[in-house]
Amino acid sequence: MLIFHLGLLPTSVFSLLAIVALVLSFVMLGSHWLKNHVYSFAAESWVIAFLSASVGYYGHYEELYFIAILTALFRGSLLPYLLLRLVDRLGIEREFTPLLKPASSMMIGAFLVIFAYGVAEALGRRLDLPSGIAVLALTCMFSLVLIGFLLMVLRSEAISHILGLLVIENGIFLGSQILVPGMPLLLELVILFDLLVIVMTFGILVRYLKVHAGATSSRALQKLVG
Amino acid sequence: MSSLITILWGVPTAAIIAILLLNRPRAAEYLNLMAAIVVFGAAVTLLLIAPDRSLVLGGGYLILAPLGNWVELCVAIVYLLASLYAVGYMRLLRKEESRLPLFYALMAGFALTMLVAPLMNNPGLYWIVIDLTTIVSAFLVGFEREAESVEAAWKYIVIVSAGLSLALLGIVLFYWGGTLHLGPVYAMTWANLTASAPFMPKALLLLAFLLVLVGFGTKVGLAPMHTWLPDAHSEGPAPVSAMLSAALLNTAMLGIVRFLGVVQGGGVGLLGRTALVVLGALSLFLAAFFIIRQTGAKRLMAYSSVEHMGIVALGFGFGGVLGVAGAMYHMLNHSLAKSHMFFGSGNMMRAYGSKEMSAVRSILSFYPISGFLWLLGAVAITGAPPFGLFLSEITIMRGGLQGPNAWAVWVMGLLLILIFIAFLNHFRAMAFGDEPESGAEPTLKLSLWNTLPLGLTLAAVLVLGFWWPSALWRFFAAAAHRGLP
Repeated sequence: MLIFHLGLLPTSVFSLLAIVALVLSFVMLGSHWLKNHVYSFAAESWVIAFLSASVGYYGHYEELYFIAILTALFRGSLLPYLLLRLVDRLGIEREFTPLLKPASSMMIGAFLVIFAYGVAEALGRRLDLPSGIAVLALTCMFSLVLIGFLLMVLRSEAISHILGLLVIENGIFLGSQILVPGMPLLLELVILFDLLVIVMTFGILVRYLKVHAGATSSRALQKLVG
Repeated sequence: MSSLITILWGVPTAAIIAILLLNRPRAAEYLNLMAAIVVFGAAVTLLLIAPDRSLVLGGGYLILAPLGNWVELCVAIVYLLASLYAVGYMRLLRKEESRLPLFYALMAGFALTMLVAPLMNNPGLYWIVIDLTTIVSAFLVGFEREAESVEAAWKYIVIVSAGLSLALLGIVLFYWGGTLHLGPVYAMTWANLTASAPFMPKALLLLAFLLVLVGFGTKVGLAPMHTWLPDAHSEGPAPVSAMLSAALLNTAMLGIVRFLGVVQGGGVGLLGRTALVVLGALSLFLAAFFIIRQTGAKRLMAYSSVEHMGIVALGFGFGGVLGVAGAMYHMLNHSLAKSHMFFGSGNMMRAYGSKEMSAVRSILSFYPISGFLWLLGAVAITGAPPFGLFLSEITIMRGGLQGPNAWAVWVMGLLLILIFIAFLNHFRAMAFGDEPESGAEPTLKLSLWNTLPLGLTLAAVLVLGFWWPSALWRFFAAAAHRGLP
């Protein structure tokens, strides 16, 4: 496996990029302005694109360059553009009813990262993994998934829910680039495409919500219970 | 074989294109119905001529396995019944007349995604197709563009997408575990994952399976991930509810069962099966209480789906020949009976103009045929003899008594009795309760299109209750013996 015989430089590059991606998700936790969320999501996607490219370079997986370009184009440019357009159309600039203050949500995020490290470390010990990069990749993957769920739970705007989901997907993608760079190309392509379709579907449904239900906040969507 | 698959996938695709090109409501109805009839024929033929073992086709991307073919048949049956019923039902929605071609195109597309998923040999591609079913069906749920239906569609797609992302995480972990044995690059197939499972560490295998279980469990509607289900199933048009409940849930259950087959060889099979049994029992428990206190007719049916998916989960969780055979038989019985119940509630909803059961009264005097069939359907869906669901539930319970999770059989029995009482109590009120106030009597006349599907489904469930074909029994036993996927 690639990650078992890496030099010092590639290990540091991978670790740095993975940690930058994790830090960017804390930007989302700490800000209530929707545009900031979209920008940090875009930045995170670009970081992941660089990660794909560097895994491709050091591991000699040529097809990963292709994936990196697509990631930068789709996740890093097209999706943020669509989301920004949606934010403008709906005229919502920020979350007005956050459940917790930024500081408290970042604290919870920090605890989630520690929990993710605990799980990754335990898994690494059972597997006798010789390198720390695998544990780091697992930690970043689990943390991003958990933080994505946290974003969905704490925020009530529909766009925030989309962004939370995208953070989860980014996390899984980041982890899979380091852990399983040999994952079939077809699968990665289809997942990228699937993500695009999902975001467009979300966009259509959010506009339906605005027109037919009169609200896009989950606090206002309380008609169906029991 | 491959020509049959071409028919199964090609005919709905052709129907979608033709419907959109012609863009005429009546043509759309009949094109969709014809596609459904052809698909049904192809699915039956597939089941008859496919061998008892799994067969890999299409350059390794397609798999024909007994369980997959069985789910394919269930989907085809429900698609046919829903298409038949949709003709009459959608004509009752006058204001949607001009959008009917769009509706039927989406419906054929929804059926197409559900016909593709069971035949995927690559777990990742299977995951993606399941994700696509969510996208297509979300538009069908929100089709009427009422505030409630858009809200339901939104909640459906958010909750299910979030849940499915956990399943993707699980699949990535499974593939990673496989690289420890098969090397960094290998084809992601069910067979490869099964082969490498014994070499994966147990902790990793269990973590990956639980993630997949929660992920696809969200789509199946197992408690406590079921929260989207009552909303989506009650707010879409009735034929869509039937397809969601009777076909889609089985398609997602297939994923859980296949991954259960993968971990079986890795030494955590029992833990995985117990996890499935616990989720199944929890679903029954939760469904029972929501059924007791329910006021909406279609929400009642939706919670009944949670209940029946719990039963199917119990069957596969118990395992063994009896458990698996019972669960597979229950899939078919539930598909038929639940379609029936949704068709019936669709009729009553249109007739009385309300989704609330309190508005529906004296169904037997106003609608002697349709009301009577619906009432009989309620007896069938609660698992009373002589209907098919009774047989399959008893078989699952017998299977459970032989296994290590026998406690769940007692829980299941108790909760089934509770559900039987509560469910039929609602129907007692609707059939024999107080007369409606004068002026509230329904005036709508139901056509043959509205009642015929009810009669067909009930007859089928009745036949399956008296006669469990021995060929079918051998087929289930073969599926159970040769491991699950």
